Amino acid sequence: MDHSLARQSVATPRRRTMARLRRIMGASVSHALLIIVGVIFVVPFIWLVITSLKVKNQIFTDPLIWIPDPVMWENYARALTSPGFNYPVLLGNTLFYAVLSTAGTVISCTIVAYAFGRMEFRGRDLLFSITLATMMLPGIVTLIPTYVLFRTMGLIGSYAPLIVPLWFGTAFNIFLLRQFMMTIPLDLTDAARVDGASDAVILWRIMVPLMKPALMVVALFQFLWSWNDFMGPLIYLSDSAQFPLVLGLYTFRGRFGGSVEWNLMMAASMAVIAPIIVLFFVAQRYFVEGVTLTGLKGA
Amino acid sequence: MVTGVVETYWHLAPDRHAEDVMSNAVPSSGSQAGPSRRPVLSRQLRQDLRAYLFLSPWLVSLLVFTAYPMLASFYFALTRYNILNPPEFVGLANFDEMLRGDPLFWIAVYNTIYYTLISVPLGLAVSLGLAILLNFSVRGIGIYRTIFYLPSLVPVVASTLIWLVLLNPRLGLVNAGLEAIGLPRPGWLQSADWSKPGLILMSLWTGVGGAMLIFLAGLQDVPQSLVDAAMIDGANGWERFRHITLPLITPTIFFNLIMGIIGSFQVFGQVLVSGGSGGQVGPLNSLLMYLVLIYRNAFRFFNMGYASALALVLFLVLVLLTLLVVRTSNYWVYYEVGARK
Repeated sequence: MDHSLARQSVATPRRRTMARLRRIMGASVSHALLIIVGVIFVVPFIWLVITSLKVKNQIFTDPLIWIPDPVMWENYARALTSPGFNYPVLLGNTLFYAVLSTAGTVISCTIVAYAFGRMEFRGRDLLFSITLATMMLPGIVTLIPTYVLFRTMGLIGSYAPLIVPLWFGTAFNIFLLRQFMMTIPLDLTDAARVDGASDAVILWRIMVPLMKPALMVVALFQFLWSWNDFMGPLIYLSDSAQFPLVLGLYTFRGRFGGSVEWNLMMAASMAVIAPIIVLFFVAQRYFVEGVTLTGLKGA
Repeated sequence: MVTGVVETYWHLAPDRHAEDVMSNAVPSSGSQAGPSRRPVLSRQLRQDLRAYLFLSPWLVSLLVFTAYPMLASFYFALTRYNILNPPEFVGLANFDEMLRGDPLFWIAVYNTIYYTLISVPLGLAVSLGLAILLNFSVRGIGIYRTIFYLPSLVPVVASTLIWLVLLNPRLGLVNAGLEAIGLPRPGWLQSADWSKPGLILMSLWTGVGGAMLIFLAGLQDVPQSLVDAAMIDGANGWERFRHITLPLITPTIFFNLIMGIIGSFQVFGQVLVSGGSGGQVGPLNSLLMYLVLIYRNAFRFFNMGYASALALVLFLVLVLLTLLVVRTSNYWVYYEVGARK
């Protein structure tokens, strides 16, 4: 504030026009840089769409063909109904996986985070430290015994190993929600307690409504994570009727072996990506908020 | 509705502490003054029980999905175990096999270190560079943020397929571009020398978005007053970045560095899609990454013992690396705590 005042007092009209000129120049340079980088980021998407609409012999050509001729809309119909890539089934499986894992994470982590954030009990600090430590644990270390465990329960070949653990909480989301709870004034919950409200009531009636942004972030990221999860379904599922989209896409590629029909592959990829992009635009605010929230809390 | 309730409570008890509230809520038998023994104990016990009820899902998870697998993993690493028959104790044979018997182990270690050493610093530099661009205050910056972040949403299988088309050695878009500006056309994923750079290129496109947004948040936390002060003192753009911005975002660099290392040691999907998992992974196994080696041994060959030993080594290396980075962080990470007060 006082700084801009100081600048104004020394600025002559000429210096002011110079400053404006420089600002416009700066903005143009910024835009130019942003556009160049933006193009680099967008070109793969554009090429994906172009390739998905080409006839097979126009995909790899010299010189490159930028406008498909003819435009093969039927590539999509062919890709999405091909026996190896039954889109409605794959989509249904993906939604099943994503919705159930998201619900599980949100519910369990909220309850556990409440205990860490709002309840007094012996061993809290120790348990919380353990929770933080498990955040650093790479999943691969526990993967093999967990697989064996689910195998002895006869659950290999189902979504149970992928979904059930999430209903018991995940360290990172517990941490995230607990941190968010700490920012809610204690007075609010204390006052409710005076009135005899139980912890369950306080959590449901006071905390959950106030935590909506954080809960949205957790839900979105879990949904996206499950949607994109590749290794989990690859290890635990074997029946292609159960596959989620990404695994369907993976086996779709394998099916063609040497002579891959890249136009169909790209159409199928497009169909896998599109729902996520739509979700992104619908919930964009939470995405950006979420990455910064999670990142900063972690740092 | 709920806010109304909250406000009412707020006025009822504006400045009470949790302790007072708790003791009021529980009917206390005996005298008010002086600590009476039995009720206090039972109150704390009841409080503990209630908390542990809320914690119970997580306690189950810690025991069943963390503690048990950790311990079992240590045990499996010392056994020969094919899942069908019970584990057979073999001592350190798996580790011996790893270090002296299995040539693929060293190939995977080399590939993973190669990948990490290049992709982590490169990823940090690129994501920071992008964040700096996105921190410009120009009109329509939100659109650029969206565009730069969009690739991060693409599932790894799909992004790898896209890049397999782009990186086609003979007639792909990337090589057409390189030829147009007079550069040689690498064989990318079909050549043993270029497959890892190709993999790094793919990972950059999909992988930098998250770190970029975290850096952006870090940059936005840098107080403008400091930058302005430096400007008045005559510092140019580079000097302001080097001596004001960079020191202030070292905690963010630190965070992204650790996440980057952990992520790059576990690169998996890209490799499986582009290189396959049977036979050679990429030309001359040049894409055989450590996690793929574990995956193959565990879920293709069902060498659960050997795979557990491999996983354990990865875990130990990651722990050591993280500790190393944390140790060195004293010398290069700037924390505001204490500096301000």
